[in-house]
Amino acid sequence: MAYLEILNLNKSFGENHVLKGIDFSMERGEVVSVIGSSGGGKTTFLRCLNFLEKPDEGQILIDGELLYDAALSYSDAEIREKRLSFGLVFQSFHLFPQYTAFENILIPLNLRAFERAAVDKLPFRQRRALKAEIMAENKVKAMELLRNVGLEAKADAYPCHLSGGQCQRVAIARALALSPAILCFDEPTSALDPELTGEVLRVIKQLKQEGRTMIIVTHEMSFARHVSDKVIFMADGVIEEMGAPEDVFDNPQSPKTQAFFSSFEEEI
Amino acid sequence: MTFARITMILLEGFGQTCLLFALTLLFALPLGLLVSFCSMSKFKPLQLITKVFVWIIRGTPLMLQLFVVFYVPGMLFNIQLFGSDPQGRFTAALVAFVINYACYFSEIYRGGIEAIPRGQYEAGQVLGMTKTEIFFRVILMQVVKRILAPISNEVITLVKDTSLARVIMVAEIFYLNENLIMSKGIIWPLFYIGVFFLLFVGVLTILFNYLEKKLSYYQI
Ligand SMILES: Nc1ncnc2c1ncn2[C@@H]1O[C@H](COP(=O)(O)OP(=O)(O)O)[C@@H](O)[C@H]1O
Ligand SMILES: [Mg+2]
Repeated sequence: MAYLEILNLNKSFGENHVLKGIDFSMERGEVVSVIGSSGGGKTTFLRCLNFLEKPDEGQILIDGELLYDAALSYSDAEIREKRLSFGLVFQSFHLFPQYTAFENILIPLNLRAFERAAVDKLPFRQRRALKAEIMAENKVKAMELLRNVGLEAKADAYPCHLSGGQCQRVAIARALALSPAILCFDEPTSALDPELTGEVLRVIKQLKQEGRTMIIVTHEMSFARHVSDKVIFMADGVIEEMGAPEDVFDNPQSPKTQAFFSSFEEEI
Repeated sequence: MTFARITMILLEGFGQTCLLFALTLLFALPLGLLVSFCSMSKFKPLQLITKVFVWIIRGTPLMLQLFVVFYVPGMLFNIQLFGSDPQGRFTAALVAFVINYACYFSEIYRGGIEAIPRGQYEAGQVLGMTKTEIFFRVILMQVVKRILAPISNEVITLVKDTSLARVIMVAEIFYLNENLIMSKGIIWPLFYIGVFFLLFVGVLTILFNYLEKKLSYYQI
């Protein structure tokens, strides 16, 4: 049984049929890279998984259980809950500028923990005590996450005082805070200066070693080759080719994949 | 007429000015937020009505609006909304000011809210935040920082606009001063009033500079 299973995912923007029936599955602890030229629907694919876009058709199963079916309708609260199965790291970080690195991680963590513990329903005094307890726990966890991306020393820095690479590492720690089953990355290094991509890629590699299940949209071909268990080449809203990195990179079968790689090599 | 006596009279008027100023802010700042939500509403008719209303209020003189609020209900519809006693006049002026300033503030809020990148909302969403949490925890402080400068401009304009309440004979500082000029034939209190306003605006400027400094610990 696959850990994540996506069946016939479809998404259109008006007349523009962007995802044309994506079928895809991956195992727990696997790392899947998604490559392809721009406009192919990679971002839309990740946004559908995180319910930032509403798929028109298709199902998402986690661990064999139906998480989402486009044919059914869900309340905002249900979508919010389902969303937590996935984490998303954006190309341009989207850290909250008014909070420190530490707070960026801590605040979402606290909000969800308060909600789960239903603190709002408690009488005032109990509520304060429970909140304090949860916050103390979460502070330890948030600091742990920062340490894990090597930024413990920057805990009290605001995003405007961090480099792009540091921001993205904080964003990764923040996405991990809510323990998503699957962590998605949308071109995590594309907004970075070349000399800063290494630190982010190292963090992702380390997450692989920790056994995280990840889907990474990237243009870093050599990184994709080394870190992934499986590579997907996506073009015009379909999965054109999927397989082990050696197969996709060294021996692509589909003409579109071959064309993509040859144009890519020309650029280099 | 001693200096002290004139100071007392003007202070009395200035008290009304300050009260009008403070109450206008108290009501117009939150009301403006409500208006800005309406003007950004996904429900098109509400959005349209709000936008037309804001356009009218911002496109006509505040003085005209003061007259309309004070005289029109009684003269056209025979409804006595505001008495012609000082209390009623003050209330009418307050209503006109609140409506006018709420509309100006709403446009500033709207600009501030629309300037926040979508990514901020989406980052909140993928972290499982509710719409309310996203607004209050993520968006609001960024909006406040963005709008502080334009709001402070409006607030300082409001200080001086309060003198318009004179047209419906609210006993604010100019109205009382005019009595002095008319009946006693002395002109210098006019400049004296200027000092009151300068001091008031000076204090506000210092306050806003302080707030701006307070918020400068991060950049958007
Ligand atoms: N919100 C949107 N509204 C309309 N069209 C969109 C939207 N998002 C993406 N698209 C379209 O979907 C297609 C795929 O875009 P995207 O998923 O960003 O591709 P990629 O990430 O592979 O570059 C493009 O043609 C783009 O114009
Ligand atoms: Mg993209």
